[in-house]
Amino acid sequence: MVGIVIISHSLKAAEGIKEIAQQMGREVPIVAVGGTTDGDLGTEPLAIKEAIERVGEVDGVLLLVDLGSAVMNTQMAVEMLEDELQRRVVLCNAPILEGAVVAAVESAMGHTLDQVRRAAEGAAQMEKLL
Amino acid sequence: MKVDRDQVVAMIKEMAAVVAQNKEYLTDLDSAIGDGDHGINMDRGLRKVLEKLPPVADKDIGTIFKNVGMGLISAVGGAAGPLYGTFFLQFGKIAAGKEELTTSDIGAMLAAGLEGIKQRGKAVVGEKTMVDALEPAVEAFAAAADAGKELLACFQAAVAAAEAGKKATIPLVAKKGRAHYLGERSIGHQDPGATSSELLLRAMLKVLES
Repeated sequence: MVGIVIISHSLKAAEGIKEIAQQMGREVPIVAVGGTTDGDLGTEPLAIKEAIERVGEVDGVLLLVDLGSAVMNTQMAVEMLEDELQRRVVLCNAPILEGAVVAAVESAMGHTLDQVRRAAEGAAQMEKLL
Repeated sequence: MKVDRDQVVAMIKEMAAVVAQNKEYLTDLDSAIGDGDHGINMDRGLRKVLEKLPPVADKDIGTIFKNVGMGLISAVGGAAGPLYGTFFLQFGKIAAGKEELTTSDIGAMLAAGLEGIKQRGKAVVGEKTMVDALEPAVEAFAAAADAGKELLACFQAAVAAAEAGKKATIPLVAKKGRAHYLGERSIGHQDPGATSSELLLRAMLKVLES
């Protein structure tokens, strides 16, 4: 199964998105991370690295980020991971909420990391106003 | 003229002091075109750096700068963390094992630091970022060094170029970071990242001049 890490400037936003995504796949390991150590808005590479490590035994880990510095701090966190784990982690270019929901569904279906990533990225084109 | 470990430690303390003094100013600049946290973030990062300084203050200069980079990476919380963190990690690589720095060491550190920032942030000159202050500074330092100038004169040339580069960000449209969302509304505002870059270089220069 593919695990998911939700990375936002706001821990509340990350936890809220995790909650929504978790509804679509109760057994999918999802970790939320965000905010700075002293509780401000922001993202920190070391906290993100620890969050990825917390996902546990999975086939791969999909990373979803919100804005700007979250991307750079996440890239840095990935560079700091042990090689073996690093190879199973991918940062995806998806909208954070819709991407997380789609990823949870795909992961629960037992799809591979690459399949889950592509589905999450496809969420950017999802038609909301049907 | 060479820079010894005590001067390096003094530079780090001076950078932290200057950022603390300019916390509101940087945050005001960032409030105009960004998310309004640059001063707060930089201050938090440099306070962390100061906290972590005593155990490494008697180590080689490379270790001291590596520690600065790691402190900023761990505590800044915004894009400035990985960017300045990379800048000082690159300083640390060039200065690894060194007890003092020559003009050519410092030129190489600045060049490597800039290259690290450009790779990490994928920015070039003209995009209203810290690169607009740092690249002219690195070039001015190299030009002065090539002309056989002393370290102090090289660093003065670098800071003058950084200041000019910082001011030149005012009419630019932001292409990177949160300011990018503002498009043309970012015109007329000085970039906070270019401003903090100039402040950091100026703080290092102050120690050389004292």
